[in-house]
Amino acid sequence: MSSVVPDLTPAGPLVVPERAERTLPNGLHVIAIRRSSIPLVELRLRVPFAQADLARGGLLAGTLFAGTDEMDIYAITTELQAVGGGLAAGTDLDRLTISGNCLVDGLDRLLELLALTLNGAAYPSGEVETEAERIADRISLARTQPGHLARVALLKRIYPGHPYEVQTPDPEQVRAVTREDLAAMHAARVRPDGASLVLVGDVVPEKALDSVAQALSGWTPGAPEVSFPDLPALGGGPITLVDRPGSVQSCLRIALPGVPRSHPDHPALTLANLVFGGYFSSRLVGNIREDKGYTYSPHSGVEHSLAGSTIMISADVATEVTAPALLETLYELGRLAVLPPDTEELEQAREYALGSLRLGMATQAGIASLTSMLEGFGLDLDWLAAHCDRLAAVTLEEVAAAGARYFSPANAAIVILGEADVIEPSLKALAGVVRA
Amino acid sequence: MRIPATSYTIERFTLANGLRVVLQPDSSAPVVGVTVVYDVGIRSEPEGRTGFAHLFEHLMFQGSENLEKLAHFKYVQGAGGTFNGSTHFDYTDYYESLPAGALERALFLEADRMRGPRLNEENVRNQIDVVKEEIRVNVLNRPYGGFPWLKLPPVMFDTFANAHDGYGSFVDLESATVEAAAGFFAEYYATGNAVLAVSGDFEVAAARAMVEKHFGNIPGRPAPVRPSFAEPDLTAERRDSYTDAMAPLPAVALAWRVPDPIVEFSAYLPYVLLAEVLTDGEAARLQERMVLRDRTATSVGGYIGFMGEPFEVRDPTVLLLQVFMPPGGDTDKVLRTVDEELERLATDGLAEGELARIQARFVTHFLRETDAVTNRAVRLAVLELQHGNPALINDLPRLLGEVTEAQIIAAAATLRPQRRASIEVIPGVSA
Repeated sequence: MSSVVPDLTPAGPLVVPERAERTLPNGLHVIAIRRSSIPLVELRLRVPFAQADLARGGLLAGTLFAGTDEMDIYAITTELQAVGGGLAAGTDLDRLTISGNCLVDGLDRLLELLALTLNGAAYPSGEVETEAERIADRISLARTQPGHLARVALLKRIYPGHPYEVQTPDPEQVRAVTREDLAAMHAARVRPDGASLVLVGDVVPEKALDSVAQALSGWTPGAPEVSFPDLPALGGGPITLVDRPGSVQSCLRIALPGVPRSHPDHPALTLANLVFGGYFSSRLVGNIREDKGYTYSPHSGVEHSLAGSTIMISADVATEVTAPALLETLYELGRLAVLPPDTEELEQAREYALGSLRLGMATQAGIASLTSMLEGFGLDLDWLAAHCDRLAAVTLEEVAAAGARYFSPANAAIVILGEADVIEPSLKALAGVVRA
Repeated sequence: MRIPATSYTIERFTLANGLRVVLQPDSSAPVVGVTVVYDVGIRSEPEGRTGFAHLFEHLMFQGSENLEKLAHFKYVQGAGGTFNGSTHFDYTDYYESLPAGALERALFLEADRMRGPRLNEENVRNQIDVVKEEIRVNVLNRPYGGFPWLKLPPVMFDTFANAHDGYGSFVDLESATVEAAAGFFAEYYATGNAVLAVSGDFEVAAARAMVEKHFGNIPGRPAPVRPSFAEPDLTAERRDSYTDAMAPLPAVALAWRVPDPIVEFSAYLPYVLLAEVLTDGEAARLQERMVLRDRTATSVGGYIGFMGEPFEVRDPTVLLLQVFMPPGGDTDKVLRTVDEELERLATDGLAEGELARIQARFVTHFLRETDAVTNRAVRLAVLELQHGNPALINDLPRLLGEVTEAQIIAAAATLRPQRRASIEVIPGVSA
């Protein structure tokens, strides 16, 4: 590095903010964390939702706050806003998440309104119908987006027969859901056992726990234990080519098997992924964006879900350079798989990983989302501090070994979506091609 | 509910070369946010050079006096930080979020490119290609690309400065030269045309010494005279439409001019809240009427300025509504309904507690955005640049809380059909 550039003052160990935890008699695990930077509080409630029906789950999340027996949607919204608050629910494959925030003086009211909906969401038929149409429209819109279509094709290729194979319902499935379906799903799955609630803000943690206990002790348990089968084995093979006539770009997607955060290889995999394509100063970005100008935003990341972890690589490239972009991407995979990285690029990736964790912990919302996410995998902020120590200790040999184990192009499942007739001939020069 | 506010400590000073500096110490987390904001944006682009401000932003990352191409990224990310830049109508920002121990490095990096980026043929060609891919991803290869921020200004405005495509035409982008980039830098990237802001975990005296050390010896150049971009208000309704070959559903965006966000600040603030009264949350007037009751829309959004940044925009700008409709949706009906609801608001006023809850919720959004050091640094820098008063960050919650019902009603009464411009998206594929 150039000598005129100022050195860094070394950062100390990751400081975990003041917090308190309690598990309520109904099974809800509650964590309250103090960050007094702004007079607000952030809330994250995570409820296990493994194998929940996609159409029903999405609609349940969209109408959870649409009314109770006593309050309609306007009353709930206006009461929340009166304390500067808002609550919204969403689902992914593993969980139902409720996110919210409010002025800190409004915390008790926010929790009260949350409890009212958890115990008594009524799923009014008018609102359910309206929301179903909105979700169906959004899915129709997503189906026009090349990125979405490429992901759908990739999931079909890599997770055949697994609940993760399809992650978006059909619009018709959403329209067919009734309010009785939602009430039944709520009764079965929206339960406190196995769930966790995180509060982060300008609060005294023990007092915030008392507020939660006061508001949510009446939420009745009874959730089933649902788990996932393991992910199917993932391997290489011919390129899956998906035709999208009229495309001006091709979506290049590659998946490789990864390992979960709890695995001993995880820290080395994290750093190997950064070196490959996990941040801007990576080999992939340097090659296909900054050197060749093929693409705007190439990226590589590890997607962690309850059933397993997968390395996902993506780049949207101009149609005429589709095969050259794939060639360079495979070259970079191969280079990481058979040659150790430089010390300098490893140290840079390590600093980035450690710095990102500190930045992620520097806002109320960041701490709340991170803590809630970790809870979902049975991990906590102490794990995060230990993870920092592990990242600091990973050796070059361990990263090289992770490169060899996880980034081999021979194991890459490749899906490309674009103007198939134009790009197929040159892709065939690189690998076998099968049209989807 | 009482509207709270922040009480950030804010230090301001100006270096001998004209660079304005804002320091905001905050030891609540071991991180810093560093930004340099230049008083140049899309509106400053000369005719025939659409997209140049944004292309130039890319060129600021391609190496500088002491730094090779790619070195900027490596030094920031190798310090554990993240970086970016963005081009707006009235300013261009560059920023880094880093662990606190990297503050001096970030200041060095920003100072180095303020002295001058490495402008050469290879970098210009490469970044033209990257920008074209960015435009393909964000505009050409997706439904509703550029809607409404690129599509509505040409309906609303007549002058090139306000109306042109800020992402740029491929023809203009391809004609960019090293010489033009050097001229753009010389004119707009002057010390006198920039603000440096730092927010986060540092001692003010130490940070000030670092700023002096790295920026103090950059040769001073004055800010160029900023031309007026003023245009007369509309006197007759304007409507336009286009077919989006990838869009499955109809949509419309409509806008009215608002008072000057800087010069007429107190007259402007009610419009910021009016946009929220109309659209924020299920109980907001247009949401309740169009999405939940009439079902003439599937979503309604409303905000100030084409980029939705009410405290980072200059005159002329707009209050904008964006409405997505169900299949077969009727734009005329949507426009009529908006008029009816504005009329009702102007005539009947607000419901009890309606303004108070909108104020409380808006202030929550505002405070939440400032929790991240880099967002805060950018906001402070732009407030310095445009208002000469970064301490507005602490005052805005109170000022928003002081907006009255009468002011909201008066603002609503100005949003008449004859002052309105709208752009309709006709779907090119069936839903």
